[in-house]
Amino acid sequence: MDKFRLIPPQASTSAHQIDWLFIALVAIMLFFLISVFFPITWFAIKYRRGSNANRSNPSHGSNLIEISWTTLPVVLSVALFSWGAVAYYHIERPPPNALEVQIVGKQWMWKLQHAEGKREINELHVPLGQAVALTMTSQDVIHSFFVPAFRVKQDVVPGKYTSEWFKATQLGEYHIFCSQYCGTEHSGMIGRVVVMEPVAYQRWLTTGEAGESIVVSGRRLFLDRGCSGCHALNSKFHAPLLEGLFNKPVPLSNGETVKADQQFLRDSILLPGKQIAAGYDNIMPSYTGQLSEEEIMQLIAYLKSIADNRSPPPP
Amino acid sequence: MNATPNATTTIVRHSGAYALDNYLTSGQGVKSWLLTTDHKRIGILYLWTILVFFLIAAVAAALMRIELLTPAGDLVTSETYNKLFTIHGVLMVWFFLIPSIPTVLGNFVIPMMIGARDVAFPRLNLFSWYLFVAAGALALWSLIHGGVDTGWTFYTPYSTTYANSHVISMAAGIFVAGFSSIITGINFIVTIHKMRAPGLRWFRLPLFIWALYATSLILVLATPVLAITLALMSVERLWGVGIFDPKLGGDPILFQHLFWFYSHPAVYIMILPGMGVISELITCFSRKRVFGYAWVGCSSMAIAVLGFVVWGHHMFVSSQSIYAGMIFSLLSFLVAVPSGIKVFNWTATLYKGSITFQTPMLYALGFIGLFTIGGLTGLCVATLAVDVHVHDTYFVIAHFHYIMVGGMVMAFMGGLHYWWPKITGRLYPEFWGKLAAMITFIGFNLTFFPQFLLGYLGMPRRYHAYPPEFQMLNVLSSAGASILGVGYMLPLIYFLWSLKRGRVAGPNPWRATGLEWQTGSPPPVHNFEGTPIVTASPYMYDAEADRELHMANA
Repeated sequence: MDKFRLIPPQASTSAHQIDWLFIALVAIMLFFLISVFFPITWFAIKYRRGSNANRSNPSHGSNLIEISWTTLPVVLSVALFSWGAVAYYHIERPPPNALEVQIVGKQWMWKLQHAEGKREINELHVPLGQAVALTMTSQDVIHSFFVPAFRVKQDVVPGKYTSEWFKATQLGEYHIFCSQYCGTEHSGMIGRVVVMEPVAYQRWLTTGEAGESIVVSGRRLFLDRGCSGCHALNSKFHAPLLEGLFNKPVPLSNGETVKADQQFLRDSILLPGKQIAAGYDNIMPSYTGQLSEEEIMQLIAYLKSIADNRSPPPP
Repeated sequence: MNATPNATTTIVRHSGAYALDNYLTSGQGVKSWLLTTDHKRIGILYLWTILVFFLIAAVAAALMRIELLTPAGDLVTSETYNKLFTIHGVLMVWFFLIPSIPTVLGNFVIPMMIGARDVAFPRLNLFSWYLFVAAGALALWSLIHGGVDTGWTFYTPYSTTYANSHVISMAAGIFVAGFSSIITGINFIVTIHKMRAPGLRWFRLPLFIWALYATSLILVLATPVLAITLALMSVERLWGVGIFDPKLGGDPILFQHLFWFYSHPAVYIMILPGMGVISELITCFSRKRVFGYAWVGCSSMAIAVLGFVVWGHHMFVSSQSIYAGMIFSLLSFLVAVPSGIKVFNWTATLYKGSITFQTPMLYALGFIGLFTIGGLTGLCVATLAVDVHVHDTYFVIAHFHYIMVGGMVMAFMGGLHYWWPKITGRLYPEFWGKLAAMITFIGFNLTFFPQFLLGYLGMPRRYHAYPPEFQMLNVLSSAGASILGVGYMLPLIYFLWSLKRGRVAGPNPWRATGLEWQTGSPPPVHNFEGTPIVTASPYMYDAEADRELHMANA
């Protein structure tokens, strides 16, 4: 670990992408640095006071020169911007069928749970060569989940879901840093990512206290906490059915239409009066304070699992 | 003895001695200072005040650098460390950098540069200093009673709900300092509009005036947003009104939008005046009219305007929409262009000059070098995908210190050395001046260049303890900081020494062409013996004539 290096380990697909972009930036920076430093040094020597250099007909400006050294940076800027934006688009949007891990940040630790149910604290085990998507929220202040070796970082914001993804390309252990200042022990909110062979990862998932999968936990909560009492075919209350709902448009009573994404489902559980589905009454009680962040994520994972099949999976 | 064509004024010239009847001798005693409405004296009051805050903030930085010598957090507790970087940030930003050039050099030279007797509202000017002192007292009160640990950014909901420190009193201090800024900004705008000497048309203004005009516009337009933001934060913290904390139904990202809507333009409040100083120094010490006057002047205005629409580049990983991120990224690239224009024009100004390397010029050249590096690394943090990696790491710390310290503080020191003979009537010792400028330049690079490397390697900012592989670069940085400290202490010593012992400067030791040099040093209370009449551009330098003069003297 003590070997001197200029760039962190390149352990994900985005690492290579971002390093190349950075190298291009360094080249352009050097170009501009030289094109400023070289003439300054040259002029400082040639036109030092008392030198014999020719100083006749000094120019005090030229629109042609001004326009050219305005245009060149603009063109380079637009090119760099575009490159950066395309790469950003790529690293900000998880691919479909990525492995899912749910993360809750709190002062000052990371609580993680894999879709299969395995839980970890301040550690994240992932398989080599497979895309992993993190769904993150915080139960107190803003944190940020930063893995330098993967070149990914995303703030973890209370009241909101954010996501981050990567595909590891190198076995090993890498730092996790909280990079958004979060209070006294901010610099202690660190951990490690362990990249494993897929087979070893599968084995790791089932060792120790594997527990039940997130979807099964969500289904259990759905039954135990009374959700199914109303959101069911045979319910005596008029509540929307939730099968097939996830990511579909929902008409609201105020005439708007929203997508039933994770944020909408979260708000509907905690602040049910905020957005009322058209044709329903505002009768659902709020679950604020009754469900932990992890439980809300499990419930949403369950609702997501019944997005395609219209009948809930067997327990 | 003055070979430069003196087409700017028609006023009476002084003989070259210490002007005995001046603004310093016109009144004696503490009361004459505390009740003064003379812009020159108010500038000096500001100089002492910001010096106090600079020293406190520098001590905080020194303690941090000592702590970071080792990976473990062993010198101070985490809580103390967090308070140290908060104090450092708050004091340096609001109590040193923002007021530095405008309130000290701006107050002193704006009226003289435009041929006026004073600023438009002299009593308001004094009032703004009192506000500033009151603000500073609030900040110091918070510090003495235990400090604040939110970082200078006061991000919610940490600052509103979770922080256990004197957030309210510190925010109140910044709130009051903001009003001092606003009043100073209004005063400068009105002064520049209404008090220019006859013949001093807009495009004959020194570029320092253009820069401070642009700065004042930002001060007046952006600072109220900071006041509102801090007030909203205080309302949530004091009374639990849900604005930013999601537990109370608020939106923490809203705070960041509001905060950066002020704080990004504030970056330009800090750097634009520095650019103005550099334009004065480069022309004077290369004996050249500035290359592309209108482009340099207008680029200040372009920066002031564009600076208002790039705040979202602080939020690329905040969960702001990725499409908003793209707009802010593109605009951030564009705001770099007018800064580039300035650097290119300064460089071209040197062409066919007759260049000397006195202390102010060394600072000016240092500024160009460091500001260029700071500005170019700004392209990295404006590039979306790269910012994802370097955001909130030491890369960002290094980037903005190259702008704020390498740029702004170098410019402030350059300007202070340049106008010191005008302010005090005496010269600082040139040898020590040059030495300090070079030590500062070397120390600065040693301190902050390693931080670029640390940042790309992934070391997050605001870390009290860090993994051992980052130690070597941190040690280098701390070692550089000690050299930088020497670079800052030297001027403090020789400036004080020069007050009594420095050589008498005479009215115009640099043979500069600005109006402020066409009167005695130190200047009389009303600056000029008669109203100057301006007939030409501010930079009537002639390198060819300077060369001939030099040959004749040799």
